[in-house]
Parts: sequence; structure tokens; C-alpha cells
Amino acid sequence: MSDELLVDVRDLVVEFPVGAPAAAPSDGGHLRAVDGVTFTLAAGQALGIVGESGSGKSTVAAALLGLHQGTGARTGGSVRVAGVDAATAQGADLRRLRGGLAAMVFQDPLSALDPYYAVGDQIAEVVRVHRTVSRRDARARAVQVLDRVGIADAARRSRSRPHEFSGGMRQRVLIAMALACEPRLLVADEPTTALDVTVQAQILDLLHELRAETGAGLVLVTHDLGVVAGSVDRVLVMKDGRAVEHGPVAEVLGAPREPYTRALLAAVPRVDAPQAPVGPADPPRGELLLEATELRREFATRGGLTRRSAPVAAVDGVSLTVRAGETLGIVGESGSGKTTLGRMLVRLLEPTAGRLHYRGRDIGALGERELRSLRRELQMVFQDPASSLNPRRTIGESVADPLRVAGESDERRIRTRVGELLERVGLNADWYHRYPHEFSGGQRQRVGIARALAPEPRLIVCDEPVSALDVTTQAQVVDLLGELQRDLGLALVFIAHDLAVVRQVSDRVAVMRAGRFVEQGDADTVYDSPQHPYTKDLLAAVPALDPTEATARRHARLAAV
Amino acid sequence: MTRFLLRKAVGMIGVLFALTLVVYAAFYLAPGDPAQLACGEKCSPAQVLQVRERLGLDAPVHLQYARFLQGLVAGRDFSAGTGLLHCPAPCLGVSYRSGEQVSDMIAARLPVTASLAFGAMVIWLVLGVGTGLLSALRRGRLSERLLTALTLTGTAVPVFVIGLVLLIVLCAQLQWLPFPSYVPLTEDPQQWFWGLLLPWFSLALIESAKYARLTRSAMLETLAEDHIRTFRAYGVSERHLVTRHALRGALTPVIALTAMDLGTLFGSAVLTESLFGLPGLGKLLVSSVSLIDLPTVVGLVLVTGFCVVLANIVADLLYAVTDRRVVLG
Amino acid sequence: MAPQEPTAGEARAAAPAAGRRQVWRRLLARRTARAAGLVIALLLLIAVAAPLLSAIEGQDPTSYHNDLLDSAAGGVPTGSLGGVSADHWLGVEPGTGRDVFARLVHGARLSLLVAVGATVVQVTIGVLLGLAAGLGSRLLDQLIGNTTEVMLALPSLVFAISLMAVVPADFPRPLLLTLVIGLLGWAGTSRLVRAQTLSLRQLDYVAAARLAGAGRWRIARRELLPALAAPVITYAAILLPSNVVSEAGLSFLGVGVKPPTSSWGQMLSGATTWFRADPMYVLLPSAVLFATVLAFTVLGDAVRTELDPRAASRLRVGAARQAAASPTGPPTGPSVGLPVGLPADEEATA
Repeated sequence: MSDELLVDVRDLVVEFPVGAPAAAPSDGGHLRAVDGVTFTLAAGQALGIVGESGSGKSTVAAALLGLHQGTGARTGGSVRVAGVDAATAQGADLRRLRGGLAAMVFQDPLSALDPYYAVGDQIAEVVRVHRTVSRRDARARAVQVLDRVGIADAARRSRSRPHEFSGGMRQRVLIAMALACEPRLLVADEPTTALDVTVQAQILDLLHELRAETGAGLVLVTHDLGVVAGSVDRVLVMKDGRAVEHGPVAEVLGAPREPYTRALLAAVPRVDAPQAPVGPADPPRGELLLEATELRREFATRGGLTRRSAPVAAVDGVSLTVRAGETLGIVGESGSGKTTLGRMLVRLLEPTAGRLHYRGRDIGALGERELRSLRRELQMVFQDPASSLNPRRTIGESVADPLRVAGESDERRIRTRVGELLERVGLNADWYHRYPHEFSGGQRQRVGIARALAPEPRLIVCDEPVSALDVTTQAQVVDLLGELQRDLGLALVFIAHDLAVVRQVSDRVAVMRAGRFVEQGDADTVYDSPQHPYTKDLLAAVPALDPTEATARRHARLAAV
Repeated sequence: MTRFLLRKAVGMIGVLFALTLVVYAAFYLAPGDPAQLACGEKCSPAQVLQVRERLGLDAPVHLQYARFLQGLVAGRDFSAGTGLLHCPAPCLGVSYRSGEQVSDMIAARLPVTASLAFGAMVIWLVLGVGTGLLSALRRGRLSERLLTALTLTGTAVPVFVIGLVLLIVLCAQLQWLPFPSYVPLTEDPQQWFWGLLLPWFSLALIESAKYARLTRSAMLETLAEDHIRTFRAYGVSERHLVTRHALRGALTPVIALTAMDLGTLFGSAVLTESLFGLPGLGKLLVSSVSLIDLPTVVGLVLVTGFCVVLANIVADLLYAVTDRRVVLG
Repeated sequence: MAPQEPTAGEARAAAPAAGRRQVWRRLLARRTARAAGLVIALLLLIAVAAPLLSAIEGQDPTSYHNDLLDSAAGGVPTGSLGGVSADHWLGVEPGTGRDVFARLVHGARLSLLVAVGATVVQVTIGVLLGLAAGLGSRLLDQLIGNTTEVMLALPSLVFAISLMAVVPADFPRPLLLTLVIGLLGWAGTSRLVRAQTLSLRQLDYVAAARLAGAGRWRIARRELLPALAAPVITYAAILLPSNVVSEAGLSFLGVGVKPPTSSWGQMLSGATTWFRADPMYVLLPSAVLFATVLAFTVLGDAVRTELDPRAASRLRVGAARQAAASPTGPPTGPSVGLPVGLPADEEATA
């Protein structure tokens, strides 16, 4: 038994029906999501499956549990997990496989749990599928595993529902569910993608610990090379449904053979690298454009049963300056108030208190009408390229909008100018009449940048401009922003949760937490010798690409606890 | 919770107050002389004048409205033939025609409409949720398509059409059911039941089509959610997924909609009642309207409006109770 | 994370650009939608050509034919099937002897006119007020919101009956019906448009338009209205059949159009006293009314599925108490036991 392979996947092919009405799936064609993937996993080993969106990595993970059965997908090749054929197993065998032999940890921990039932009951439900135990014993087992994954006061918390937990705690609950029936294999599909970097580190550490303790195998699916570095023994790199490279983690990440793997690695921004020459080497101390003093923004909350509880300050006394030609990076985890701050800087939001000066003029309290003449100088690039372009208008029209509003009415001049702008951001000038859905995420983000450039602004606030993009696209968009800044002398405010990306682009960096800047300074200074404990925590939690380094950091983290 | 209820109660009073204003504006400012109407076609001008004085219609409109409000809050007195008639606190006025107090008239009819509404509700919930559950369980099969077609057709039948057809087939032709009538429950439960069976079904068949569609789509929606995938990936059976997880998700909208529909039904049972000749609120409305008995009409609008507003609040509460993620605010 | 599945955002973006023509094509591809469209086209034709049709038959909807009634039997038409003959294709009315065919085709005229007119009134008022509430100042929003709230609390059928009764009889009844149904039933549309406007306003592309310096009116016209078209059309498609039923219902109760104008509801109301002696007279208006409402309902269902396949997801349980009150919830016209807007099922009756 011991030398039997835990997972044995041979020539796996998965095809999804496309373009067919649901009523007649056989009419449409098929899209090959996974194309001849082969890998094995010995008991107790960990494999990372890495790839960008659309690479088919999650489809492989789902195939391990036979989740393509009955969905209309066609599968080929063979998938054996702990001796069970996942593609054909039926009835009791299939049920034993799902949860009993192999258990899945899903990505989004909020939607992956039933909102109506207490988490303890949900875990107990799974236990009772696999073991003939009483309701009470199943419940006891649930409390036991919840306790194991680090939920404090597990017996009481097991009666809470999913929405009463934080994101990280919910992910722990999902892991507890996976553990409930002592499976021999854990399949984790992007288990940390929705989480902040510090929480991500905790969850990865927990998975590592549990594996050491239970001897279970692990298949970890992720888009983030940093996540696999410290967590798995072997790595499988996927692209367009095929396995590009497969080998021990140190080899694949340390000395990749395939060009694609190399490109992927090169695109990953490094938090420990000295600043890449994206911005000007020695930023000129240009004209002071924007100066914020003790900015504050409150939101009325409708929490609880009261009509109006005390307003909550999303931004709580932030002071900053932005000069022409420089980039100010703002890093913060979710809920830190960074988006609110960004929107205040371009006056999409009005500050509750504090002063905001643009080129010496107080713009903090200007009304919409007075702002209009200023609008063109302060622009913004948004996070989600899907919602930042009107789906019903051509991209040309969207880019032309600021020109038309500014009073330009000569159609030919507008066309020429929009064409220039599209080419400037690396798109084709002839794409004026295309709609947003015809473009990829990265291209849409370029359109968004072209639109921001159209009124010839002096300052652009970029709110998480690359967080929705794949790592290679991400690198291209970051490069584009740097290039534009150099050529046009723009001032940038670059807001992101990703410390590495921010380091890559910024001259100065501010670290934001709970509406305040905890640390602000020169990028290299902040990253290389952080002063505030929170900044130190953040930096320590960033996953390292080098497996040895990653292990060292894990030990450091565990020692610090 | 208390604060929510308090706030809702204040809101409800506001809405009802606005309702009285609208009703007054619409009916008392409408062309036509209420005194003439109350007195009858053959009244002499002098008699009309007398009636006008007696009903207080000679006062300016705003004063009439103030008196009406006063009656609602504190009660008022009416001069009736021989002496004074005292109308206690929520006083809706006195019928122009019969001289009866409107609140008494409504109270007498309320049990009929209530019997109709609650009985129909039981049937539509059982039929509707059952059908919805069945079609969600059998999704993709022929029987599900048939059920879906049937419920879509069901939503398209006006109640007076299906009622009439059932009346002809079941009562007149086959004589399986007695012709509908109302006997108070307290008098003879059996007769009460048989007399109302046909009206219940006429109302409930259409409603149940609506509920079947709601249940089905809410369940299908839940079945498409991520947490269903989770439990499927843990070997939980399809049947269990539908009956435990999906049904639970469908419950909240069904319960809330039931509350709303019940509230609305008190005002909208008119068609059913007038088709089957049941002496409920709707029947009273139709007869008061044809007699142009304005105080009764105003009273009915207020009472039925109250039911709708109350149903809204109850629906909100039920939402919060069945889905604790909802914050009342 | 199957690659063929677009993200929600992508799907949202893809749907509208599919274009009007494609929506038409897909609608036509549905057999039920095609059949419903055919029935509605036929009805429209009948309504337009009503005088012509009855002229071809050689009858009119208002003449009495006492000679065709059996006065001994209380006025039941002589002959079989309610007096069907070469002169009277569908028989005559019991009690009066008026020609049933002529009254039915003229009834179609009234029914469609009132239903369409009322829908136009409802949608126009609803869109204007909803937009004003969504874009205007907080005070305006509150004012419109409270008015909508009162309109929703109005027991609309009760109110409609009462209004129909107090307005003097010389006011044109079909117009009155249209106005009463229309003015009492805009609240749902208004609430839908307001909610949509508020959520659209949150979108980044609207923020981008503001940054471009666009004013309120330009944003409403360019960015919001096109996005509102689909939900509004969908909602109107739900309102229309319910307005058909409302007209029939009010006429059934005797407060709709007055004789000699003919209406299906009025015929049905007469039928309640004749159903034992002349079942044919019940059957005909019932069938026509049912077919009309069904055709509109089926078409509306198909339109909704095509324009807004995610209507169901707006009824998300998580989105608070939306179901009972949501745009996809029941329309609140003066209608009872009527077709109601429920979340669409993608693969509804195929």
C-alpha cells in the first residue's frame, strides 16, 4: 500500500461545451481546457500546479475529485486517486473519494460555505456522509477539527455562521472541513487568493503544519509562484491546458528550462530587489502638485438596528505631497482606506475634514461645477477593467469623451487624437469602433490608461491598476505606466495591496493601515529598513520565490509567534 | 429590534396619514355632490341641504378632513335621527346610506375575507412550493419542462376566468362541489370548509403557479452557488443538496412574498368575492361604490392599505428572522 | 475557474454588445416566443380591423336581436352553441342578442388600447421619477421615495374601483381606464429605475465620465439610459399582460367601460348569470382573454430571458429583502392573481 501512488493522472483531457444553448449542448463545439496532462504524486508529497488564468489548472484540480461528472464536460485519459478512478467512479465509491480520500479546499471562503447554517453543522454534515456516527459525535468531530485549525473557542464558534467570521478564519473553517474525514489528499484551489498577505502567510503555514502532522498529500493550485515556493515539493507549470514544465520546486523556480517558465518568473515583481529602473533614476524634485493635510473621510454606517450609528472614518488624518514627475506608492491591505484616499485625491469624493491643495489652490471643498475645469488635470486609472469601461460604447468613444467634453467638435481631429492615444498605450489605432468585451483584461486596462491620458493630465491616481491581471500582463502594464511617466513628466499615485509591485514603480512609499499612514518615506528606505512593526510584518509575510528563503521565512514567522 | 419596530411604526403612521390625504383629495374633491347622493335622486333642495348639514358636508374641506382625523384618533359624535351617535376611537365615520358605523360594517365582513385569504394561502404554499421543489429535483427532464410550461400558463389565467370555469365544471356540470357560500367557521366548520373550497382553489391555483416559479428559480439559483459545489465535492447526495441547502435558500423569499401577498389579498379579493358572491370586504366595496357611499369606501381603502403596510413590515421582519445576514435598518 | 466561463464582469460587458439585432434573432429562435408573437400580431390585426371584420360578417357590436332569443327560456339564444349561424358566426349574447363575434373583436381593440396605453403611462412616469430620484438631490430622492412608498401601500384595486366610480360618467371611459391603471401602477418601475440608477452610478465608468468633466445630464444620457433600457423593457413586458387583466377585471366588476362599448371583462361578468344556460358565452371571452394574456406573458418571459438572463441573481437572498420588493418582484398594478414578474429561468419552457 505504502508505495502505491496517491495520485496518478495520465494524459488527462477535459473539454467543455461552448457556444451551445443549454438545452442542446451537443450542438456546439468543445473547448479543450486541459490537453494531455500527466503527473503523479506519492503519498505525503506536495505538488504545486501553477499557471495564469485560463491555463486549466483549476480544471485539473476538479478532475481529481471527479467533479466533471455530469456537467456536460468530456474527459479523457485516466485519473486515479488513492486507487479510485475519479472519472468513472459511481455511487458509494465516488462519495468515498469526495471528502473521504481526497478533500477540496476552495478559493472564496465566503461563497464556499452555506450562509444559512452554522459552520459546525456544515462540517458535521460532511462527517455524516462518510462515517456512520451519531449527530452528536459528528458535531464533536467538527469542534475538534475547528480547534485544530486554530479557531479559538471552537465549541462556541462552531455555532456561528460563515458571515460572522473574517476571511482568514473562514478559510480555516474550509480547511477544517477538508480535514474532518482524515483524507489522504488535500486539493487546495487558490486557497489564499482572496486574502491579505499577512493572512495568506498564516494559512500557508497552517497547511504546511497539517501536512507534516497528518501525512496527507497536497495538490496546491495557484497563480502565484511565491505561494508554491515554500509549500510544495514539486511544481507543474501549466499554459493553455498543457503542462509546460514539471519538476522539483527548487529546479523549476531556480533553474527553469522552459522559456515560458522563465518569462513567468521574470515577470514576478520582487519585493527584495532594488528598485527596477522604471522611473527616472534620480527623480527630479518637480513642482509641488498635490498637497493633502490631515485628510479625513467619514462614512455613515447603517450597522446594527440603529438608524445612524457613529460615522466610521475610512481615512483618518492623512498628509501627503505629490510632485510633478514622481511616483508615490500607497500600500495597504483590504479595508485600510487606500481606495477612499485615492478617490479623494482626484475629488471623486469630498473630504470630511482636512485640506487638499492642488498647485496652491484649495480644492477640498469645491463643488462639482467649479471642479469641472480642474478635472482634466487629475485623472484616475481604475482597478477592474471590466467595470471601468462602458460596455455599450466603443473604446474610441470612451477615450474621446474627455475631448468632446472639453469642447472639441471637429470629428477628424478627435479621431486622430484618439488614434494617437491608443497607439501610445500599445493598442491599434484602428480599434476605435471595437467594444470592451472584444479585449482582454490587460488591453482594457490600456484603454483605461488612454482615456486617463486624453485630457493631458498632470497627475494620475492608479487604484490597484494591475491586481486583476495575470502576472505577465501585470508587468507589461507597469512598464507602460513607467514609460508614460518618463515621457510625459506625469505625477503618479500608485495604490496597491501588492508590496512588490509598489516597490517596483514608486519613488516614495506610504504604508497605510486603518485609515492612517503608519510609515512614509523613500521606497528603498521603507523596504530595506522598515521602522514600524506593521511594515515589518507585511514584508515578512510576502512569499519568497526561492524555496530555501521561503522556508527560512516560515521558520522566522513561527519563531516570532 | 424594538427600535426597528418603532421606526417602522412611525413610518406606517406616516404612510397611512398620506393615504388618508390622498383618499380625501380624490373622493371628496371629485365632482358630484355627496349630500345629493346620500339623500337620493328624488330629494328636494331643502332636504339635500338638511342632509348636508347633518353629515357636516357644509364645512370647508380642510375642516371636514380635520374632523375625520379627529374621529380616527379620538372618536367623534354624529347626529343621527333622534339623538347623538357616538363613534369611538378609530372612527371611520358613518355610512351615508345605512347610517351604520363603517368600522362595524368592516368588522362584520372581515372574517369572510380572512377565511378566504388564509385558506387560499395554505393551498398555494403546499401546491406552489411542492411543484417548485419537484421541478428543481427533476431539472432537465421532460416532467420538469411540463411543470415549467404549466406554471407559466398558470400565471396567465385571470382569477375570474379560472373561477368561472371551475364553477361551471365542478359545481354546475359534475356537481362535485356545492355552490360557494359563506358560513362562519364558528357556526359550522364543515359547511365553512365546503363552501369556501372552490374560491380557495380558484385563488390558490394562480398564486401557486407564481410560487412554484419563485421556489424553482430561487432553488436553481442556490444550486448554482459555490457552496453547493463545496458539498457536492464532499460527496453529499443531490437529493440532500436540493432538500437541505437549496430549499433553505428558497425559503426566505417565499415566506416574505407570502406575507406581502396576504396583505394585498385583503384588498384584492374583490374579484373572487364578487364572482362567488361571498359577503367579504370586496363585496362591500363593490356595493358601496355603486351606491357611492363615500365614508365606507374611504374606510375600506384605509383598512386595506393598513393591511398592505403591515404586511410590508412583517415581510421585513420575516426576512431578518429567516436570513440573519440581513440587518434591519 | 473553468476557462470557458467568463467572469461576471465579462459577461455583463458582453451581453449588451450582442446588440439589438441579436436579441431579435435569439427571440425568433424560440418556438414559444415565435408563437406568442404570432398570436399578438394577429390580435393587433384584429383590433385594428375590428370594424372591417364585423362589417364582413355583416353585423355590428351594438344592435339588439331580440328575435334570436328564446324569451320563454329567459332570453337564451335560440339554436345550438349560443345561436351560432351563418349570420352570427359565434352566436349572440343571451339577454340582448348582440353579435358575439363583433363584440369580441371590438373588445380586442379596447383591451389592447387600454393595456398598451396604461403601460406607456406607467413606464414613462416610472422612468422619469426613478431617474430623478437616482440622480437628484437627497431631498428629491426622499420625496419621490416616500411617494412611491405610499403608492405601493395603496390598495390599488380598491382604489381603482373607487376612482372609476366617482369620476362622472361623461368622461371617456377607455381613457379613464388607461389613466387609472397607469397612474396607480408606476411605483414598481420607478423603484426599479431608481435602484438601477443608484447601482450604475457606483460603476467606475461613471466615475471616469465625471473625471472627464461630464455633467449630470450628459452622464444620464450617455452612460445610464442605455444601460436602463434592458431592465425597463423587461419590466414593461411584465406589466403589459397584467394591465390586460386589470382592464378585464375592472370591466368584470362593472366599473370599467359602460355598455354599449364592448369589453371581454364585461362579457364575462354577464356570463356569470348565464353560465348554466349558455356555456358557450362563458367560453369565448374566457378563451380570448386567456390567449391574449398567455401570449403576452410568454413573450415577456422570453424577452426577459434574452435581455436579462441574470434577473434571477438580482433576487439574491444575500441582497437583503429584495425578493418581495425587488424590481423582479410582483408588479404592483391594480391587478389580482395576475402574471407576476418572477426571476427568469434561463431554460424556461423551450
